[in-house]
Amino acid sequence: MGDYIVLIISCIFVNNIMLAQFLGNCPFFGTSKKMETAVGMAMAVIFVLVLAGVITWMAEAFILKPFNLEYLRTIAFIVVIASLVQFVEMFLKKSIPALYAGLGIFLPLITTNCAVMGACLININEEYTFLQALVASFSYAVGFGLALILFAGVREKILLARVPKPLQDTSIALVTAGILSMAFYAFKGMV
Amino acid sequence: MLDAVIFMLGLGGVCGVVLSAASKIFYVYEDPRIAEIEGMLAGANCGGCGFAGCAAAAAGVVNGKASPSVCIVAGPETANAVAAVMGVDPGSAEPKKSNNLCEGGHRATDRYIYSGINSCRALSQLYGGKRDCSIGCLGYGDCVKSCLFDAIEMGPDGYPVVNEEKCVGCGACETACPKNILVVRTMSDKLLHFNQETNALAPCAQTCPAEIDIPEYIARIKKGDYAGAVNTIRERNPLLLACGRVCPHPCEDYCRRGIEDDPVSINQLKRFVADYEMNSGSRLPVTCAPSTGKKAAVVGGGPAGLSCAFFLRRLGHDVTIYDMMPKLGGMIRYGIPEYRLPKEVLQWEIDGILNLGVDYKPNVKFGKDFDLKSLKADGFEAVFLGIGAWKDYSLKVEGEDLDGCFTGIDFLTRFAVHQQKDSDKSVSIGTKCAVIGGGNTAIDCVRTLIRLGAKEVSIIYRRTRKEMPANMVEIEAAEHEGVLFNFLAAPTRVIGDENGKVKGLEYLKMELGEPDASGRRRPVPIEGSETVIDIDMLVTAIGQGPDTGFVEDIDDLKELELTRWNTIDAANPETLQANIPYVFSGGDAYTGASLVVEAIGGGRRAARSIHQYLTEQPVEPVTDSLYKTHIKESLFDTVPGVNKKARTPMPELPVDARIKSFVEADLVISESDAQFESSRCLSCCRLCYNKDSN
Repeated sequence: MGDYIVLIISCIFVNNIMLAQFLGNCPFFGTSKKMETAVGMAMAVIFVLVLAGVITWMAEAFILKPFNLEYLRTIAFIVVIASLVQFVEMFLKKSIPALYAGLGIFLPLITTNCAVMGACLININEEYTFLQALVASFSYAVGFGLALILFAGVREKILLARVPKPLQDTSIALVTAGILSMAFYAFKGMV
Repeated sequence: MLDAVIFMLGLGGVCGVVLSAASKIFYVYEDPRIAEIEGMLAGANCGGCGFAGCAAAAAGVVNGKASPSVCIVAGPETANAVAAVMGVDPGSAEPKKSNNLCEGGHRATDRYIYSGINSCRALSQLYGGKRDCSIGCLGYGDCVKSCLFDAIEMGPDGYPVVNEEKCVGCGACETACPKNILVVRTMSDKLLHFNQETNALAPCAQTCPAEIDIPEYIARIKKGDYAGAVNTIRERNPLLLACGRVCPHPCEDYCRRGIEDDPVSINQLKRFVADYEMNSGSRLPVTCAPSTGKKAAVVGGGPAGLSCAFFLRRLGHDVTIYDMMPKLGGMIRYGIPEYRLPKEVLQWEIDGILNLGVDYKPNVKFGKDFDLKSLKADGFEAVFLGIGAWKDYSLKVEGEDLDGCFTGIDFLTRFAVHQQKDSDKSVSIGTKCAVIGGGNTAIDCVRTLIRLGAKEVSIIYRRTRKEMPANMVEIEAAEHEGVLFNFLAAPTRVIGDENGKVKGLEYLKMELGEPDASGRRRPVPIEGSETVIDIDMLVTAIGQGPDTGFVEDIDDLKELELTRWNTIDAANPETLQANIPYVFSGGDAYTGASLVVEAIGGGRRAARSIHQYLTEQPVEPVTDSLYKTHIKESLFDTVPGVNKKARTPMPELPVDARIKSFVEADLVISESDAQFESSRCLSCCRLCYNKDSN
């Protein structure tokens, strides 16, 4: 049990997929202008990453490893994750329209997002068990969502500040993201 | 190498098969026209139309949320092609236009000094903005930056000005504005709008029962845009000629100038532009939304019914008015005498409403010639009961049905029918006439009797002049015309001669006691003060209520709930829906005898509910509704910066000339007077107003 708590804290804070490993920058900057969009995106990432983590772990364990095809891991994962997201999108549209209305527009955006891909590859490299992979995927996604929502909050406040003209909008966002990342470095050594 | 190729081919194949199977299993039906229309649009995904991409715009067209001309990149050919797919006219969905609701601008005062970035959105996050006014424009022009079509610019007065020619109604400005100052609306949206607590409203516009945008039309008069002023009034009130003549203008009681000076003569300005349109020889075009094919019946062609029919027609529904009298107009035709509202003027106004395609059937009485069942059989899905208040209250004293005794509405109606030559029956009057009552009906009766040549006409009223509910101008006019007033007199008996003809009236003298529930001092009889006066005609005009006798006769209507005043009951005064869901009410039938402008407002309110009912939306009141109340912060005790300027007096015919005929007594003000009067308007909003410059 203790191991899992350590794993969760490590994935959310210490090795935050965005602020410590710098994966998933595009949605991080693209959807953090408004809190509402950021929350939607965070939910979509949690949903997709858990599914992708599970399916890629199984692909690795039952197909790639037995046939010694580990060298095809990256390209195989891309195809699997992309198909999975498409499949989920169709499934939601038909069966859970309410959820589709909330997540629908974000799903295609993270079809092969590097945060999703990265987390799946980390699961394999760290040689996690199935349960560990599931917990890690979920925690990485929560970590990403946390970073995104924090950042959206900061960006809404930045609007009120006097920003020198050359630094406005994306430039100041990058600077802020850097500072936020440094703040997360304070968690290093915790685990 | 080979395993890799085989594996990837296999993986690709499996994914492909699974996905294609999923697309069959999880197939969701989409209108095929969406794909067809999407193919016709520009495909640029520019978002200029306000939808997230062309696919969304195509879905919008099919769902009726956008017009075939939605695509701003593709030209009219595409619009026509799309219209052909949808089977409609290219322009058939109503165009949306952006409206700026705040004209505060530089005249609004600030609460604090702001030195952040020049963005309304940023500023609005600091205590909702720096302006004193909680709803007003912040003035940094986020809307100007958001508009892709250069249709908005920051005006010289510090608020955005929309160029209607360039505006495509995309809604980008509405999204950009943090204060909801810019709203994108169709004509129907405007017609259906009712005052809300969050609106930018001057005190006068909050007071008007018809909710006319008064500062807007006065501003247009000031600019010389009389047609624009007429159109502004007509968004709320289709009977501007009638209202301009008979409205007791409650708005003027709340005029901000009136706090320091005489109020602006708002109603005379309305009459001026209304007469201007009529005298110009042509009618201004009135547009109607595309037809919905739904049918609504309006029972009663008075001000409430005409207003309801006018707005329902403009919203695209088919309307038929049923009326028991030979001509339309109801109480404003048969109750208001010719000298106040000439029939010719009224007919011109009614013709304008009928010209929009409103059907009407005169001389049919509800409950006798037709009823709810026959209306349903004729395909009417909703019914508006605007039957007015035509039943006079009786005095309940001995002898009030003697020969020579009349009731107020009955007398006025009989005379109006005779005057319009709709009946051969003549109306004989006496030489010494008494009219009992202190309301407008009583005044109308005495002024009519004077014009008919009665030698001596008196009003018998149980309180004093101060308590009379009639309009002050009317009371004064009656005094000028020689009407005698007998105050503090309560009739107790009507005395007849041996032929059953009235010859006298006995009354008790009264004195004023403690104030009653209405705040007026209650008259108390003085014992033994019976007095008899000689009369040969008596009219009782002590109030009237709706004639709802039909309720008992019609099966479907038995369950219609009435109030204890015999008016039609509606659970919510803002929806006016009766307890039978497809029956709506308004005007005097709902309020009891009240103002014309109240009936007009009620007609539009009912039209909104009927529109909701016909279009299968829930019938709901307006959110944050400002119904019969005022925004507290907009009512001032003092108004700095106002210099006294006398109000334009009402021109009227000299007394000698007017008491001999039924020629209209009140005249219209001249154009130069209208210009002067409009310049007295402070162009108020919630908090802002223009101070007098000199």
